[in-house]
Amino acid sequence: MTQRNGNSKNPLHGLWALTNRELKKWYKNPYLLFLSIIQPLIWMGLFGRAMNIGAIFTSTKIPIPTIDPPLTIPQQIQLGQAFSNFSTTIMQETFKTSDYFSYMSVGIVSFVVLFTAMFSGMSIVWDRRLGFLSKALSTPVARGSILMSKVLNSVIRSIIQAAIVLGFAFALGLTVGPDFTVFNLLGVFAAVFLIGVGLSSIFIAIAVRSTRIETQMAVMNLLNLPLLFASNALFPTNLMPDWLQPLTKINPITYVTDANRQLILYAIDMHQLAIDFLFLSAFAVIFSTIGIVLSWRYLSK
Amino acid sequence: MNGDAVVVEGLTRVFNKNLVAVDHVNFSVKEGEIFGFLGPNGAGKTTTINMLITVLKPTEGKATVCGFDILKHSSEVRNCIGVVPQEYTADEDLTGLENIILCADLYGIPREISKKRAEELLELVELTKFKDKQVQTYSGGMRRRLELACGLINRPHVFFLDEPTLGLDVQTRAATWNYIKLLKKEYGMTIFMTTHYLEEADMLCDRIAIIDYGKIVTMGTPNELKEKLGGDIMTLSIKDGNIDLSSVIEKVPRVKEVKKQDGTYRIKVEDGEETAPTILDAIRAEGHSVTRLSLTKPTLDEVYLEYTGKSLREEEESKEAVFRQRVTMRRARGGAH
Repeated sequence: MTQRNGNSKNPLHGLWALTNRELKKWYKNPYLLFLSIIQPLIWMGLFGRAMNIGAIFTSTKIPIPTIDPPLTIPQQIQLGQAFSNFSTTIMQETFKTSDYFSYMSVGIVSFVVLFTAMFSGMSIVWDRRLGFLSKALSTPVARGSILMSKVLNSVIRSIIQAAIVLGFAFALGLTVGPDFTVFNLLGVFAAVFLIGVGLSSIFIAIAVRSTRIETQMAVMNLLNLPLLFASNALFPTNLMPDWLQPLTKINPITYVTDANRQLILYAIDMHQLAIDFLFLSAFAVIFSTIGIVLSWRYLSK
Repeated sequence: MNGDAVVVEGLTRVFNKNLVAVDHVNFSVKEGEIFGFLGPNGAGKTTTINMLITVLKPTEGKATVCGFDILKHSSEVRNCIGVVPQEYTADEDLTGLENIILCADLYGIPREISKKRAEELLELVELTKFKDKQVQTYSGGMRRRLELACGLINRPHVFFLDEPTLGLDVQTRAATWNYIKLLKKEYGMTIFMTTHYLEEADMLCDRIAIIDYGKIVTMGTPNELKEKLGGDIMTLSIKDGNIDLSSVIEKVPRVKEVKKQDGTYRIKVEDGEETAPTILDAIRAEGHSVTRLSLTKPTLDEVYLEYTGKSLREEEESKEAVFRQRVTMRRARGGAH
């Protein structure tokens, strides 16, 4: 009597339907879409342009120390030149690129992925509270699909936002490295994909049992800035204190940011790039597996 | 399948090791009937439904739905049931049609079939005009109808309705009942519903179980349950108040008890409508005439109170449940929030 014979057993069917549900909330709401695009741009403008670290060295307001006897004009020019070279060297040594804006823009990509992933955990708490989750659980849709749809949604959003951020960065004068070709961007998106899968799996796994929005918010607030600052997204890790170094080494944000900088800004160090991708892949596989296992365990109470 | 759509044996669910929400419940729902599950808030109605729709695992006992074990063959069970939860689960940001298609996708129904069915169901619940409007613009009644349509997308064999009219106004409730009856007529399925509106159960259900503190306290057709209380009450007055006709009335079949008070008779009878004329005939045969007569049938309210007691419940519900109910009520009352 029930006509279930024609129904597809393809798990992708339900997975895509659920993902599309989330995406529609985003792209059908122009206001939300606008905000989610404008937010990273504001960050880029504020951090990348306002915190113009390069300007510290080229500021004309810093008085050149007076020396007795006074320098001749050619000597002054020479000193100025030396000072300028010195500052470029410092920038180059510290950030491996001559302007902080380029360095920062790539960091913002990681930042965007991190924040998008965090919010993916929220939506499962809402689904639980509003009863959609139990409704979905009463249908034959694969339990894993319910979680993976959130992951996929967050990853797709991240990639689009990353593309927008990079597009603006290029428009505002990002200086690309010697090895840069358009194909490197595919590598960037691959890195964003991997980190997105891993991070959103973590946040969804945290949220899967939670029934309170507040708890989830607290977790997010606890993790977001530490994850961001204990990485190379905004500042090179080798200049950070020793006790912080191990933390930056296990922070996946460090690896995605490094991979992206290699691909866009630096002369590519194949060895380091391979390590980055290996780490990111392992991170994505491990945490999405944990997410799926937890969803099997906890979604049916 | 031996003719029973749902069979429940010793079903038990314990929360947090000590809160027994459902306590060794036994019942069965016959193929094609509307079975009502009645009880005060927190009696275990929703917990029972959640176990039957495979969202919650029982602590003990077993149950089959459409002949499939809810634990061992949960995915077959899910395929043959439709569920309308207490909450409004339709996505506010999507349109009515998109919501139905989403439900269809969760069942893996191919798009060409689901599109046709969605149109058909929207027609049935009279939402065709609004199908491309976002659900946040819908009224409570429209949302409820949309939920009904979503729950039917897979042509379920057993249809579970959890408090289908919670928070709706009288007109919308009546309309929702009509839709439920219509859907049942159209698709001929078995319906399992919970409610705490008694007139709703009385009107819609073929059989009713009253559950309280996790146990079924009584079960039967609405009429059986009312009969159990001892039948209808008939009061009548006779022109000549001084003559006692009690003995005459008592002789009429199906009269159970007669009391005379100040010239009026209080008579407990079975099948009041049919017995009343017989009583009148008997009185007339004695040469007397009746001046006043009234017949009161016990309502389900009385049955309900008889079994669940009159004291108010100090329920302790989870914050989550309270929140959901609040959202449901708010959405039921008026479209956008």
